[in-house]
Amino acid sequence: MLKVENLCAGIEEKTILQGLNITVNPGEVHAIMGPNGAGKSTLSYVLGGRPGYEVSSGSAELDGVDLLDMEPEDRAKEGVFLAFQYPVEVPGVSNMEFLKAAVESVYAARGWDVPSTVDFMKLAREACAQVQLPLDFLKRGVNEGFSGGERKRNEILQMMMLKPKLCLLDETDSGLDIDALQVVAEGVNSMRSPDRAFVVVTHYQRLLDYIVPDFVHVLADGKIVKSGGAELALELEEKGYGWIEGAA
Amino acid sequence: MSEHTDLIEAELASEYEAGFVTDIESESLPPGLDEDTVRAISARKKEPQWLLDWRLEAFAAWKTMEEPEWAHVDYQKVDFQALSYYSAPKSQADGPKSLDEVDPELIRTYEKLGIPLHEQKMLAGVVAVDVVFDSVSIHTTFKDTLAKAGVIFSSISEAVQDHPEIIKKYLGSVVPARDNFYACLNSAVFSDGSFVFIPKGVTCPMELSTYFRINAMNTGQFERTLIIAEEGASVSYLEGCTAPMRDENQLHAAVVELVALDDAKIKYSTVQNWYPGDAEGKGGVYNFVTKRGICKGDNSHISWTQVETGSAVTWKYPSVILRGDNSVGEFYSVALTRGRQQADTGTKMIHLGKNTKSTIIAKGISAANSENVYRGLVRIAPTAEGARNYTQCDSLLIGDTCGAHTFPYIENKHNSSVIEHEATTSKVSDEQLFLCQQRGIDTEKAVSMIVNGFCKDVFKELPMEFAVEAGKLLEISLEGSVG
Ligand SMILES: Nc1ncnc2c1ncn2[C@@H]1O[C@H](COP(=O)(O)OP(=O)(O)O)[C@@H](O)[C@H]1O
Ligand SMILES: [Mg+2]
Repeated sequence: MLKVENLCAGIEEKTILQGLNITVNPGEVHAIMGPNGAGKSTLSYVLGGRPGYEVSSGSAELDGVDLLDMEPEDRAKEGVFLAFQYPVEVPGVSNMEFLKAAVESVYAARGWDVPSTVDFMKLAREACAQVQLPLDFLKRGVNEGFSGGERKRNEILQMMMLKPKLCLLDETDSGLDIDALQVVAEGVNSMRSPDRAFVVVTHYQRLLDYIVPDFVHVLADGKIVKSGGAELALELEEKGYGWIEGAA
Repeated sequence: MSEHTDLIEAELASEYEAGFVTDIESESLPPGLDEDTVRAISARKKEPQWLLDWRLEAFAAWKTMEEPEWAHVDYQKVDFQALSYYSAPKSQADGPKSLDEVDPELIRTYEKLGIPLHEQKMLAGVVAVDVVFDSVSIHTTFKDTLAKAGVIFSSISEAVQDHPEIIKKYLGSVVPARDNFYACLNSAVFSDGSFVFIPKGVTCPMELSTYFRINAMNTGQFERTLIIAEEGASVSYLEGCTAPMRDENQLHAAVVELVALDDAKIKYSTVQNWYPGDAEGKGGVYNFVTKRGICKGDNSHISWTQVETGSAVTWKYPSVILRGDNSVGEFYSVALTRGRQQADTGTKMIHLGKNTKSTIIAKGISAANSENVYRGLVRIAPTAEGARNYTQCDSLLIGDTCGAHTFPYIENKHNSSVIEHEATTSKVSDEQLFLCQQRGIDTEKAVSMIVNGFCKDVFKELPMEFAVEAGKLLEISLEGSVG
């Protein structure tokens, strides 16, 4: 599904990713761990197409389609979803309106029926219930005055509505209490399917108790320096990153 | 409504089948302005002597006045001698013969705004306004409904003939002839405009909006409007049109006066979308307007809502004089500037009566190389015990070559008053845009959503159907502003 090869990218002259490789197959969940400043958020931004990030070499393909030349909205229409580490507020634009615009655009691009307003509302309410946000959040501005945990749950809500192919979750667990963490994990687990893949960036093994990954990678100095199964996360929890070669 | 629309379409179609061509004699005055010009205008309108005298007095005063310089706008001064001060409805002979001859860009905008075909024709100058207007049954239906309710709604020229006593009593009573340079000029040479009179206790049975859109498109550059709501009366009036209009007039200097007696309510909404000029600002309209209402009676209420997206230069401060006790004044404004547009707009709330209350919500959006100014005055007179004002001014910047400025003036002469002022400046951030894009929303749609969100508090004050149009208008106006 996702194939990243020798990706070198950075921001403002600064190279951050230095020859990163990762292959993610449909149905898989990959966890990416690594020290602060390793380039984890950079990876998700580069894949999402955030302006300001420059790719100097390498490639990233989604089902054989080159992502790197596409506008961010077109990547979203191809099925790339990025749950942000720090979701921003969009004051005055209601969640409902925002979701509707997103759903209409993405569904049309993916060749799905665009739901009627009534059906859309129904879907939105169900998703809201699933992430345990009160219904009136749909009427509030996007993330406007939301707590950190509410913002993260709102990201999951958007992900549920948009049914992406590839979900990139950037530290969705940071700052969550245990209840919220479970809600987020349940949301992700309910969406696991043979034709969808997840890349979950996290600092904590804790999340991986709930979302059990197929693979765990360590990202350090802009590269994947070690990969393994779910047990690698436990090892990292115990020993930190120091013992891995290349992870300073 | 759709029945009416069908009727209009049918009517128009049949006229074209019959090869009907309007040929109204054009009787424009040659360019130039002196006392004879004023006399000539008055004579053509067969005005009574007192009105001619009033115009002449205004003209004499205007000659002694200087064009104001204090606004934060910079433009090439108008040559008042180069303008023509009277033009009767234009002959169709010069205009386009069909929509095919009209700039496709303009048609595209009309379509996006959902403007019905017959109105498109009118706006583009394919059909004369009065032709459409006179031929359409909607006209009569509206007129009947209004007449039954006792509402008078006509052009101000007609009102001068039919209701001279009301005009004499109220014309210039809110905006005196010598109020300011442009208002004074308007008083001397006003072309036409609307007159609304809602008698005691009457709630106007419909929004004077759709009707107005058709009615008042040919009022010229010196428009004059007078609206009076007697005791307990109420009316909602909508001026303007979201569609950009074909217009050769460079200068627009309108005057609008509102009078609300005891317990009366006037809601006045404007959507202004005159030609802003090209990207360098060439050829745009100068919009120098004086709008003022007086809450003359106790418990009266005047509310201004404006959405300003057009004109090269805008100079406009819809104001309320709160004379009656417990009266309420409101000003809700969205002003969007792009290209090289300059807008200096805001309001004045003059509190004279006891327990008077005013609310000001002003949203300025600047893009490209434009300049957007909020200028507001809140004055609490020594008589205004218990007065309250709440002001909120928010500026939104798109890009970093535009400017936003706020000049709030407060004059408080009573220690019991409560005045609150809040101001914010924000940018459409890259992060917000990226969030929207990452969810599959195209950049332009994203910008328009963000801007509409910013304007929500004002849009909700507009009549329903218009709020939707105003949203679309912003979207169109912002096309190409980002990226
Ligand atoms: N806007 C920026 N300008 C310059 N350097 C940046 C910027 N954003 C991030 N960085 C740097 O890039 C490196 C990787 O950051 P990031 O991808 O956020 O790491 P992680 O998510 O793994 O903690 C860090 O050294 C960080 O300081
Ligand atoms: Mg990070």
